[in-house]
Amino acid sequence: MHRRGVGAGAIAKKKLAEAKYKERGTVLAEDQLAQMSKQLDMFKTNLEEFASKHKQEIRKNPEFRVQFQDMCATIGVDPLASGKGFWSEMLGVGDFYYELGVQIVEVCLALKHRNGGLITLEELHQQVLKGRGKFAQDVSQDDLIRAIKKLKVLGTGFGIIPVGGTYLIQSVPAELNMDHTVVLQLAEKNGYVTVSDIKASLKWETERARQVLEHLLKEGLAWLDLQAPGEAHYWLPALFTDLYSQEITAEEAREALP
Amino acid sequence: MDRFVWTSGLLEINETLVIQQRGVRIYDGEEKIKFDAGTLLLSTHRLIWRDQKNHECCMAIPLSQIVFIEEQSAGIGKSAKIVVHLHPAPPNKELGPFQSCKNSYIKLSFKEHGQIEFYRRLSEEMTQRRWENMPVSQSFQTNRGPQPGRIRAVGIVGIERKLEEKRKETDKNISEAFEDLSKLMVKAKEMVELSKSIANKIKDKQGDITEDETIRFKSYLLSMGIANPVTRETYGSGTQYHMQLAKQLAGILQAPLEERGGIMSLTEVYCLVNRARGMELLSPEDLVNACKMLEALKLPLRLRVFDSGVMVIELQSHKEEEMVASALETVSEKGSLTSEEFAKLVGMSVLLAKERLLLAEKMGHLCRDDSVEGLRFYPNLFMTQS
Repeated sequence: MHRRGVGAGAIAKKKLAEAKYKERGTVLAEDQLAQMSKQLDMFKTNLEEFASKHKQEIRKNPEFRVQFQDMCATIGVDPLASGKGFWSEMLGVGDFYYELGVQIVEVCLALKHRNGGLITLEELHQQVLKGRGKFAQDVSQDDLIRAIKKLKVLGTGFGIIPVGGTYLIQSVPAELNMDHTVVLQLAEKNGYVTVSDIKASLKWETERARQVLEHLLKEGLAWLDLQAPGEAHYWLPALFTDLYSQEITAEEAREALP
Repeated sequence: MDRFVWTSGLLEINETLVIQQRGVRIYDGEEKIKFDAGTLLLSTHRLIWRDQKNHECCMAIPLSQIVFIEEQSAGIGKSAKIVVHLHPAPPNKELGPFQSCKNSYIKLSFKEHGQIEFYRRLSEEMTQRRWENMPVSQSFQTNRGPQPGRIRAVGIVGIERKLEEKRKETDKNISEAFEDLSKLMVKAKEMVELSKSIANKIKDKQGDITEDETIRFKSYLLSMGIANPVTRETYGSGTQYHMQLAKQLAGILQAPLEERGGIMSLTEVYCLVNRARGMELLSPEDLVNACKMLEALKLPLRLRVFDSGVMVIELQSHKEEEMVASALETVSEKGSLTSEEFAKLVGMSVLLAKERLLLAEKMGHLCRDDSVEGLRFYPNLFMTQS
């Protein structure tokens, strides 16, 4: 019976064993990569089959699009991450959202002088539809939100602010903190807000209310109306279109004035 | 079509506007009628249609008159539609465009789109039935739906049955698609797990994996849309695809950059490049990841991120710091300037103008005056006049 040596021979043997394990380790990663490559090819085939049956469904059915996106998110996959990804190439979801992103940027730029870079999701939706034209695919508000979330990556200052059941979309890098957001939400009801409104609803001190309103003025998001009855009104152009249930013609506007 | 009532289009006190859509045409049953271009408004109480050319031509149907609605998707040359099935008109109904008609349904054709949202909101209103809780004037408070003991019009029962069948068929199609989707997701999840396990191996071995293998792994992640588990970036820079893209961009952007004074925001680049491509568009992440590689690949452009987070592409030859000197001159000439004024003078976007002025301020050349009237920049006299 040989006794296991502790001398140089044993050390050399140990080193050899270690080296073999190391080699084996590299081989293991190589194995797994090869396995992944094979599984990837199989997945691609499955996706192609899925696409041939259901590509139209995704294109035409916004609810299905939502389900699809949610399921991807749950398992940790982003189908919109790259135009070169399988999802984008085979299901065509990429081009749909990336093009929408371009259209959103263009609409926001065109209207910025009017609303300071703040627009309701509804108005954005209407304007984008108008721009897309009659023969293009219809888009839902959920589609817009997803496209905007992607645009954030470009460092543009795109933001999504929840107000009263809908959203305000911010397209310029203006710093809006919680206080600003809450005042915007308050203004949503009437399109404007006053210092008294803020003090009554939010129970803030005058100074805090005034600072927030001044910031909104500075950023071009609010307009000051000193001719309003009572105290100064701060109007939000972004919320204007919500208030009208009919388009008034120039004729009607003239007649309406005393 | 005889359920419509003429109206002024103004909303009553308790009535709120929910959504509106231009470019809607009304069909009486399957027939086109003269109301071909109007704005359709949905309120909590009514469906209102106003002629786009003649605003005085305005009519409405109380929501309580609607039995149910269904969608009809768009086809080639055909707009998407909503089919609205109606109860018979009540005997005391006010005047409308038609006194009688044979159809118990109308179709709304969305020639300028917007059908998806409109249908969603109309379904919501039909479920919530807010008009029952918020009484308005008598003029359009007609019936409240089928009263007990009322005889239902015969036509409606047949229609309901047909639509129930169609609904079942559609549901079957949707559930098949959903089932297939679920199966696909199971396989996708396996890929995610596998990639995590490989990433762990890579982390443990720290350098025992070849560069080549890393590149391969990253490209697999790219195909699947899986975030790189090691770096947490969405598969980070370094894939072949992004390298190629970076080289392409350097070619495409040279001329536009020169036209715009050597600098463009990343958003402008995104729009420019994708508009030019037309198809196989770049995702925002593709663009950012490619741009991150520009400097490393020694290309004549570079990505720059300002303190504010704004990202731009500059020509290597463009020295923003030198531009600051000329900005200072411009501001001094005018006494003071806001970003908008400066942008207009120099012919650049307001976004980039602001960044240049901020940089000048950071370098000590300009001072700011921040008031409700906006942000204005002055030459920094503290520096020049001691």
